[in-house]
Amino acid sequence: MGVNIQVEHVNAWYGTTHTLKDVSLKIPANKATALIGPSGCGKSTFVRCLNRMHETTPGARVEGTIQMGDVDIYKAASPVEIRRRVGMVFQRPNPFPTMSIYDNVASGLRLNGFRKRSVLDEVVERSLKQAALWNEVKDDLRKKSGSSLSGGQQQRLCIARALAVDPEVLLMDEPASALDPVSTSKIEDLIFDLKRDYTIVIVTHNMQQAARVAEQTGFFLSGVMVEFDATEKIFTNPSDKRTEDYITGRFG
Amino acid sequence: MPLAALAQNEARTAEAAEAPVVPDTTGVRAFLMSRGSGSVADSVFGVLMLVGALSLFVIVALIVWMLVHNSQLSIHAFGMRFFRSTNWDPVNGDFGALPFIYGTIVSSLLALVIAVPLSLAVAIFVLEICPIPLRGAISFLTELLAAIPSIVYGLWAVFVLVPLVRDKFGPILEKLLGWTGLFVEPNFGVGVFTAALILAVMIFPVISSISRDVMRAVPNHQREAALALGSTRWEMIRMGVLRNARIGIIGAIILGLGRALGETMAVTMVIGNHPDISKNLFNPAYTLSSVIANEFSEATGDLYLSALIEIGLALFLVTIVVNAVARLLVWVVTRGNTAKAV
Repeated sequence: MGVNIQVEHVNAWYGTTHTLKDVSLKIPANKATALIGPSGCGKSTFVRCLNRMHETTPGARVEGTIQMGDVDIYKAASPVEIRRRVGMVFQRPNPFPTMSIYDNVASGLRLNGFRKRSVLDEVVERSLKQAALWNEVKDDLRKKSGSSLSGGQQQRLCIARALAVDPEVLLMDEPASALDPVSTSKIEDLIFDLKRDYTIVIVTHNMQQAARVAEQTGFFLSGVMVEFDATEKIFTNPSDKRTEDYITGRFG
Repeated sequence: MPLAALAQNEARTAEAAEAPVVPDTTGVRAFLMSRGSGSVADSVFGVLMLVGALSLFVIVALIVWMLVHNSQLSIHAFGMRFFRSTNWDPVNGDFGALPFIYGTIVSSLLALVIAVPLSLAVAIFVLEICPIPLRGAISFLTELLAAIPSIVYGLWAVFVLVPLVRDKFGPILEKLLGWTGLFVEPNFGVGVFTAALILAVMIFPVISSISRDVMRAVPNHQREAALALGSTRWEMIRMGVLRNARIGIIGAIILGLGRALGETMAVTMVIGNHPDISKNLFNPAYTLSSVIANEFSEATGDLYLSALIEIGLALFLVTIVVNAVARLLVWVVTRGNTAKAV
């Protein structure tokens, strides 16, 4: 099951650049939440704050509180604990190239010392099925390396890898922007299925994609969250002039 | 919305199509046309590169031919016994290379055992842990070590390392590891262990700086992939960095080993120069390159000289065999899957 995420007054910096300015919002459990906005608006920074990846960049800094379920992720837990509970899929597919497909999916569990073979087999199969990749790779799980797959398959492998540790939240940073339309629609179908079990936050450049998969949408502009509302409302009747300008293609 | 954008785009393309053809007023087009196909320059370049590549084979073949040709006397006199015999007796004209082969391999491998963990630790520290301002300084010092001539290392080893091994390390090692038979007194400070130490210092910069560059080439998204799965810093380094860089790191180690096998001056100064095969690492020994350096100028008699040249041939063979074994190791480790991080 997913958890609610309560974000309050979050500010983030890269060195002296203030990339996220006083963002507050409530991300509901078991729904997909899309974040849209022009390049450099802070939406990627925002999702990277949700699993404390932002602070891994030298010189980066975060302030404010993020409550995930009943845990304050910046006060009550270490980044490693948080990242075990929050899966992340990146813009560029990044499977481990020297590992087989099986090892890629099992990597998160093995990392945490999980070695039971029969359970690993089961988890790998379940995760690959959840990521709609099982049928394409089941015959060479151990023979092929993660990097031998096509781009779309690699991205689904990364989704399977993130799901294998059974996270409560799944963050997706433009998961389909490097993929062709067929792979993109597969990923979108996947998000649709996955949100039954996880809280999904997806960053996207593609507004149609946001409209298709997400219940809520947030619009970011130069580090500020301009508007956050039901997706339908954002795309048909936004309350802020800047949101309207963006979705009608007047800038960005 | 998209319709409006499309219409705008169309309008732009139409505009471009209607634009008048610009006359070649600057002469750029005429200049480019007059340059021809460049195929002559291309083929000359190709031939030059081919000659360069082929000369590599020629040089290796010439070296082998020279070594074999000049050691004929010794090859005929001793045959394969040369590589099995432990007797090196210039006075009676009986020559065997085994103690030298043993000394070369043991001192080099021991140097690797000492240098590899140290080099990788420094490389990992510089790349992943060290504060950025300190990075440049450590990298610079590492590279500086590589630039010091080996005779200087030799002098330092004689005056610093030898007393240190004799009076400080030696007693401790004997106390801790004496039972293995590897560290047994008497310890005069000159011997295989001291030679391996100075070799380790000499190959450290090679292994460290190359593996650092290889690790730096691992794309950042691999680190992020590991971090996002909830790995600690060490787990991230193991899974996201070392694993992806392992082929390059093994390559760096092979290069370091190559340097250790051939190193002459510094080793000659501290290894004790006594053709002896012993398990005891405090014992003086002799390497292939040291015996050539020491005895070449005083080799009286054709057979003596010929035997020394065959020692050179042996060094050549040892290097080739060790490299082949190392490559085999790479192949086994990666199980033929040489995929690299992209």
